[in-house]
Amino acid sequence: MAVKFEQTSDGEYKLDVCGYSCPHPQVYTKKALQKMASGDVLTLVFDNPSSGESIIAMCDNEGNDLYERSNDGGMSIWKIRKA
Amino acid sequence: MSNENEAVAVAAQREGWLAQKGNQYAVSIMALVLLGSLWVLSIDSRYIYLLVYVWFGMIYGMLLQYGRFCMAAAVRDLFAVGVPRMAVGMMIAVALYSIIAATVTVGGFSTFHPHPIGWHVALGGLIFGFGIVFTGGCASGSLYKAGEGNVGSMIVIVAISFSQAIFVAASGWFDRLVPAAWIDSAVAKDMPEELSVTEGWFDIFTAGYVWDMKGSTLAETLGTANPVVASYFVNTLLVTILPTIVILIALYAVYYRKGYLRRAKITAPDMGDHARGMWSMFTSSKNTAIAGVGLGIFAGLQMWVTGALREHYHIFNFGELLSDMGHTSGLSIQDTVFDPGYWYITTQEAQWGAWVMERMGVNMMDNIFFGLDNGIPNPLLNAPGFMSIGIILGAAVLALSRREFKWKLPSMETAMFALIGGTLMGIGARIGMGCNIGAFFATVTNGDPSGWVFLAGMVGGGYLGVKAFNLWIERRSAKQDECEL
Repeated sequence: MAVKFEQTSDGEYKLDVCGYSCPHPQVYTKKALQKMASGDVLTLVFDNPSSGESIIAMCDNEGNDLYERSNDGGMSIWKIRKA
Repeated sequence: MSNENEAVAVAAQREGWLAQKGNQYAVSIMALVLLGSLWVLSIDSRYIYLLVYVWFGMIYGMLLQYGRFCMAAAVRDLFAVGVPRMAVGMMIAVALYSIIAATVTVGGFSTFHPHPIGWHVALGGLIFGFGIVFTGGCASGSLYKAGEGNVGSMIVIVAISFSQAIFVAASGWFDRLVPAAWIDSAVAKDMPEELSVTEGWFDIFTAGYVWDMKGSTLAETLGTANPVVASYFVNTLLVTILPTIVILIALYAVYYRKGYLRRAKITAPDMGDHARGMWSMFTSSKNTAIAGVGLGIFAGLQMWVTGALREHYHIFNFGELLSDMGHTSGLSIQDTVFDPGYWYITTQEAQWGAWVMERMGVNMMDNIFFGLDNGIPNPLLNAPGFMSIGIILGAAVLALSRREFKWKLPSMETAMFALIGGTLMGIGARIGMGCNIGAFFATVTNGDPSGWVFLAGMVGGGYLGVKAFNLWIERRSAKQDECEL
């Protein structure tokens, strides 16, 4: 089990932090977004619900657009467009 | 409504609420707790005292899970990702609980005892605060996350339990580290021989240092006689509400203001804009704020209910009731057990660890912590222990019904962090006389300023913890190519 961050296509990235609890998902999300350019999209996969609340607040704070959220059975797949 | 809530609602409508597996499990847990409660009440109605802990624990668990309410996040997320949501939720809970606690105190039902202020409170907070960055949750946060199926959090609970038990009972070469004055002072207390207070670092620390200080609320220190003025004005307004307001303004100024003004497209803000910004910060995470309100109210109610039950049974401590019911094993030499009467987490976990170690043949009662004060009751009769179990079950009920329950096995790294961080939390909690709940939340809300010292230590520890955590992940990503972060 390891953190996976990869570019899936032009302007699209994927970060998989499943199996990690706080603060890994939010810290890695912040680091991933720092690596990306404005307008790029990050697909974030995680399974630690409490990190979600921090990620929502973080996106709000920094103006990034968290435009899609799906959550089922404890697994979340979110999409964030960097401001 | 968010996409995820919509998805759950639509799925629930389609299949029928009870057709969902998660809801079936949730209802089963509730039914089992209810039936179990009725069963023990049918054996002896006095078990109601223990059941109060169970049910308040269930409510706390639901609220903690609902609001993702974890005080570790309050400190850690500020430094790690610049997010103040949990620090704000914590301050809301603190302010509300203090008002209810004052009412309970004026009503004569308070079960609270202030802690002495000393270097140990700040140091304990520092070690505890460092540990929580690595465990992913505070003491109660780890319980609710265990209820979400997080096995790493269960490891944290085990680590907190055993590290505390070993820390308060151990003696050895490190006894020589304590100042001679502490030993002299401990000897002068003339404690029963079986407690061997001059053996064991923690015993000497307790009897020779902590006992020489007196804990008091601000109203007691100032000698305020009128109970209403003492509780509402001195203890609540001065010790809790004013510092809370200062902290909230600081959180707004440092972590929220800039983002808010940008989103609201305000370039020249006036006081009204800042007031609206503060309100936006309070309500930005509604779940956290609602949990803060609920926890504040129920934590106050628990103190009131337990206080009323003590009056009803003419007791000061659950140990007396256990003794009356014929359960004398595991009581301290004063016939007491740990029975705070309010939200508390770590001491009962230390008792679990000590109980297991006793079964393994280790004498765990020859010390002040267990032998004189808290006892080591059978976990089936450990009332605050059931509050902790209640938190796990309550969180599980809500997580199952929200489709957020998932068994999560930790990675090696997470498991190692859980063990090391949990051990530090256990040690910090004992030096600081409690965790973020017992040493901070319960104290500052009852007019005892020692909790702010614990928080200051915890913030310092959290800051250092985040620095160490960042160093760790940088080192890790430099070593492994799979993650170019």
